[in-house]
Amino acid sequence: MAEFLSLHDAVARYVQDGATVAMEGFTHLIPFAAGHEVIRQKKRDLTLIRMTPDIIYDQMIGAGCAKKVIFSWGGNPGVGSLHRLRDAVEKGWPCKIEILEHSHAAMACAFEAGAAGLPMAVFRGYIGSELPSVNDQIKFIECPFTGERLAAVPSVRPDVSIIHAQRADRQGNVLVEGIVGVQKEAVLAAKHSIVTVEEVVDDLNAHPNACVIPSWAISAIAVAEKGALPSYTHGYYGRSNRFYKEWDAIARDRDTFTQWLDDNVFNAAQNHAGENS
Amino acid sequence: MSLEYTSSEMMSVTAARALENGMTCFVGIGLPSEAANLARLTHAPDVVLIYESGTLQTKPDILPLSIGDGELCESALTTVAVPEMFRYWLQGGKVDVGFLGTAQIDRFANLNTTLIGDYKAPKVRLPGGGGAPEIATNAGEVFITLKHSKRAFVKAVDFVTTLGFGRDGKGRDNVPNIGKGPTRVITDLCVMKPDPDSKELVVVSLHPGVSREDVIDATGWEIHFAEQLESTPEPSENELTILRELKARTERAHADA
Repeated sequence: MAEFLSLHDAVARYVQDGATVAMEGFTHLIPFAAGHEVIRQKKRDLTLIRMTPDIIYDQMIGAGCAKKVIFSWGGNPGVGSLHRLRDAVEKGWPCKIEILEHSHAAMACAFEAGAAGLPMAVFRGYIGSELPSVNDQIKFIECPFTGERLAAVPSVRPDVSIIHAQRADRQGNVLVEGIVGVQKEAVLAAKHSIVTVEEVVDDLNAHPNACVIPSWAISAIAVAEKGALPSYTHGYYGRSNRFYKEWDAIARDRDTFTQWLDDNVFNAAQNHAGENS
Repeated sequence: MSLEYTSSEMMSVTAARALENGMTCFVGIGLPSEAANLARLTHAPDVVLIYESGTLQTKPDILPLSIGDGELCESALTTVAVPEMFRYWLQGGKVDVGFLGTAQIDRFANLNTTLIGDYKAPKVRLPGGGGAPEIATNAGEVFITLKHSKRAFVKAVDFVTTLGFGRDGKGRDNVPNIGKGPTRVITDLCVMKPDPDSKELVVVSLHPGVSREDVIDATGWEIHFAEQLESTPEPSENELTILRELKARTERAHADA
């Protein structure tokens, strides 16, 4: 059964220095509040997995939490570069990080394989791409039945996955609605999982085929109101496109970034998403 | 005809016209998304638009800033998980056209969205592959749209993120279960198609007012022109009106958010 914890206690218990962490949410439901808690607790040497690192990993990388990032599209959606990611990769600030890059299809399949308890994912991919020449975790195998050459990547098996969702019921079952990304797969693939939610309700009111993650498949649930801002929570609040645009200038410069982090993360109350609210 | 329009509008309208009504299109963000939605709002009301965030048959009223904006989900027939999107719908062969943008493209229509320079010491680091590597090989065919410049149209890309026809033009030969690849490239100057034999991109149509020299000057290789070089039809008043309204709605919505 999922345990209801404060966000502070959930992160303190399940995110250890050196851990492999997946914080998912495909543009939607990005667990920013949890990311900020990881920053506040000064977790270090994390291997961060995410299809689209987005601003959340830009912040965590700039704060010095990461030693490695595994991703498939590393930009600020619709805006441009992730400057903290680039500064870390290109100049080693605030610490050197290693990157391992994939395609979306590869990572989506790798999360699914992780949830399915398999060691690897097989798919028809990377044909003619030069990504396999810079990522030694991309291999090709021959189908034993047809002889077709197929791509293989290791499954994603994080120590802990963290996602944000609309709501949990009082037993700790979680409903995810809207763009569901790879969140269910991320939770099921991980040894431990933390789900932050907008609210806890008596009844999820979920239709029979809704994306519901049962309480017994989750380690901890923490309430984090507006916990996905500046991304959005379908049915609760919209994406702050303005903040995504503003982030470009904040993150471009080390000093403005550090100041932003002090003002909005280190000196902000716990569970406060910290942006433009 | 004396309609006033910009070269960007010419590009969007021409790209939109490439989509036929009823096609199923896997849409990239940015210019492809603008063109695909213009097609849906004009001559192709039954075009099926799919975005990699899992939104299937979506009909956004405004253009999304990101690939996963709420608007895409709210106006979709249904929204599936991302692994299902890539495995069942794309890899499963349900997509007619992949519509992509890119930072760099070469004469064999290979796409680079990874970096400029050397991988270990990049001059410019770009976002990476995203959905493109598998869209380009698993979709029935690929349309590409981007602005024409020497920086973007290079003889050989610095990195093949996404296969066009490979560094020698033979990258799809004898590969089973692979789409046709890029069948047209639409820019603000012209339309290009791959030569049927060599697979090198050739200009098949010049936009009104654009000269061969304009294209030659904006292309990083010795570009060839088709023997039957056509003139791209101008945008209609209706297309321009709908495009401008779409962009104005989008700008208003994003300024408020």
